[in-house]
Amino acid sequence: MTIQLDRRAFLRVTAVSGAMVLTMPRGAIAAIDGAAADIGLHIRLTPDNRLTIRTATTEIGQGTNTSIPMLIVEELDFPFDRTSVQNMVPPIRRTAEGRIESQVFAGGAGGSTAIAASYDAARQTGAIARNLLMQEAAARWSVPIGELTTADGFVVHVASKRRLAYGALAGGAAGRPVPTGPLPLKPRSEHKLIGTSQKQKEARAIVTGERLFGIDQTMPGMLHAVMLRAPVLDASIAKVDDSAARAVPGVRHVIRLPAIAPDSGFRNRPLAEGVAVVADSRWAALKGREALIVEWAGGATAENSDERIAAAWADLVAGKGHRVSQTGDVDAAFSAAAKVVEARYDAPMVAHAPMEPQNTLAHVTAEGATVITPTQQPVGVAGTVADVLGIPIEKVKVVTVRCGGGFGRRLYTDMVAEAALIAKAVGVPVKLVWTRECDMATDLYRPGGAHRFRAAIDAGGTLTGWDHGIASQSRRYRSAPDQGIASLATSEVAIHDHPGALVPNRRYDYVPIDSAAPRGAWRAPGHNINGWTMQAFLDEVAEAAGQDPLAFRLAMLGEARDLPYETHGGPIFSTGRMAAVLRLAAAKGDWGKPLPKGSGRGIAGHFSFGSYVAHVVQVTMKPGGAFSVDRVTSGIDCGIVVNPNGVAMQNEGAINDALSTALGQAITIRGGQVEQSNFADYPMMRIDRAATLVETHIVPSDAPPRGMGEPSLPPFTAALTNAIHAASGKRIRSLPIGEQLA
Amino acid sequence: MAIRLTVNGKQQSYGGDPDMPLLWFLRDELDLIGTKFGCGIASCGACTVHVAGEARRSCSTPMSELDGAKVTTIEGMAKGDRLHPVQQAWIDEDVAQCGYCQTGQIMAVADLLARNPNPSDDEIDQSLNNLCRCGSYARLRKGVHRAAALMKGAKA
Repeated sequence: MTIQLDRRAFLRVTAVSGAMVLTMPRGAIAAIDGAAADIGLHIRLTPDNRLTIRTATTEIGQGTNTSIPMLIVEELDFPFDRTSVQNMVPPIRRTAEGRIESQVFAGGAGGSTAIAASYDAARQTGAIARNLLMQEAAARWSVPIGELTTADGFVVHVASKRRLAYGALAGGAAGRPVPTGPLPLKPRSEHKLIGTSQKQKEARAIVTGERLFGIDQTMPGMLHAVMLRAPVLDASIAKVDDSAARAVPGVRHVIRLPAIAPDSGFRNRPLAEGVAVVADSRWAALKGREALIVEWAGGATAENSDERIAAAWADLVAGKGHRVSQTGDVDAAFSAAAKVVEARYDAPMVAHAPMEPQNTLAHVTAEGATVITPTQQPVGVAGTVADVLGIPIEKVKVVTVRCGGGFGRRLYTDMVAEAALIAKAVGVPVKLVWTRECDMATDLYRPGGAHRFRAAIDAGGTLTGWDHGIASQSRRYRSAPDQGIASLATSEVAIHDHPGALVPNRRYDYVPIDSAAPRGAWRAPGHNINGWTMQAFLDEVAEAAGQDPLAFRLAMLGEARDLPYETHGGPIFSTGRMAAVLRLAAAKGDWGKPLPKGSGRGIAGHFSFGSYVAHVVQVTMKPGGAFSVDRVTSGIDCGIVVNPNGVAMQNEGAINDALSTALGQAITIRGGQVEQSNFADYPMMRIDRAATLVETHIVPSDAPPRGMGEPSLPPFTAALTNAIHAASGKRIRSLPIGEQLA
Repeated sequence: MAIRLTVNGKQQSYGGDPDMPLLWFLRDELDLIGTKFGCGIASCGACTVHVAGEARRSCSTPMSELDGAKVTTIEGMAKGDRLHPVQQAWIDEDVAQCGYCQTGQIMAVADLLARNPNPSDDEIDQSLNNLCRCGSYARLRKGVHRAAALMKGAKA
């Protein structure tokens, strides 16, 4: 199909392996940048033979500003060190059905999908660009294109010993006919860049403090905004006295913002009422906010999170849960069991707390809106701005920038809605930056939960019955159209995941925990808790069966075979690939070798987002209930690896993210108020507790590439608490670990 | 009365609210945006700069304390195109993921190495307390050791 981009140009978009591939805007695009020629919106080659690649995947620390250019450059056959990267916001449109969508593959970031979605499309983009350059050279030299080859940024005609740099051909190449249909791509054996370790493209800009992040952006005449919101969830404003605030030098506006209901037609969550203070400087805005007097009314004042969890747990134990699924004869398995193991596991809600607090720079005029925002969801940003301002989406210009962490928080656009409304009210550019306290109290928290496990073991030590009940604050609260219990359960209950899915007789129950706190996607949603509880409980089952935790897991996985996995990350779960990463981590991590008293190893493996990860964690107990994580060895199978260095970075980061979360983080609610406000009461791990010896071992694979932004996180916490048990004899069944080992 | 200070070797003057933290003077008045806002309570360290050569959390350092002070930010660390050894080490070890905290980390590490040119892992643990949500600590530690080696003139 052909989609109109704007007056000057047309984009041709073709389907390749199910992905939408931007093949070529027409030659008119060259006019955008004078001497430079664009070959595809993704590719700009300049006459000095430099390449700029603009990716629609926003960089949040997951490394795609390095790995996606690698894909394009591999097929383009160009020096990677002459390649730089920028963000690109794809054209966003509203379909006839009203759906807002990007016209280019893989916009934003989420679900560890960027590499999987880009692998064919980005390589095809590079191949098409190379073909156009070769067409141009063939015409200039009057030789058949079949006689040409390329080498590292040059088109070469071997017979006449001629060569021309891509940069010299770029202008003419942009006018050559776009190949119809996909071009053949290099076989794996010919890859020169894919599979090699490359450093992050923007490292120098980061260490020199360049203007990369959302919070760093400015516009001429820009004002600064801060927000004040109710301390109690869902409260509204009774009265605002802003006379003192307006008297603060530099304060220009005090703006009362309306609540925005859920399901407002854009990808957003409910926003409570709030008051914005807009000033000449950030400091004046903060002083103005301090001087505001606001009376709040209503809200969820009766909510105490511990009571709500206890009530839901009682329902779960009383069998009042919703039966999500049942397979085999679970009751018979438990009746016939030689041993029954039972345990309760608890994990709290946690905050995203990316280092860069939420922010958006917005300018709204009669002509339209411009928003610059660090986002994982450019399409959602455009839709939010269009909807809250009531303007057509074509009048919204979204500029994406590097994100100071995402972890799922920047899939949501509440801060964008606020900034757009404030900017509309004041008529000049406004930069809204939340305080850390505002960020912590206005999050969409990772659901917490209480998990009830029962396992039946037969006389032969085989797991024959699996009974997993979950009470949680569902992530689908106020976000799914259907707020019924069956709908709320779908984001929470791990019916697809092993080990449960490998047990012939199994059932899953669900009870929602009532809470007014917004909930959202947090790195490896669902998996982040289930990966811990299931793999930690499995250790208890192995112990009860009198078996080694690794041997027990491998026996359960059994023969290598493909099982259906009918949710994100599927469609297949391979027991063989899971077993292979467990064996690899165990072999590299000296599994089974003796350790001194007070030290121990734990193992766990989990499949998520199409990738298989197992860790062996080695810990040593310290006086006073502390412990050190001495070593982590990881076995990883994420299919074809684009950038092994990137996989290692994500593995190291996810491990320390999980460790930081397990050590001390919890969001709790008392009287309807989130009790945590900043890093003083929501402790984030510092280097003294970190895992600094992490060994990443990758299983060579020709399977389709899958993402690694999330999959290392879920199994880590289980391997950690299993190691703590091995070292100390104590089972951690409730997170955070806190003082439990003292 | 105006507060006079030098920032990255340049004389600057400030006549506003003396309670304003240095962070906002750097970011909003001088447009030195390499120094980051993270928490506002001197906990995370994203705002770390050098005052008289020592690491300080600029989010909690009021302008009133800075009359006559010599402030260095990340923008003042490189000498022309030549990066400070800690910056170079950060590239060599590929430390950064999202990168937001790293300018503050680099300022903290430069201060540590000025006081202790060859810190042990334990000394690093006791001296560095800047937060990294991405969990780059494994490479960060390698970066400290590499920077120490670079500063001694060892070949990379």
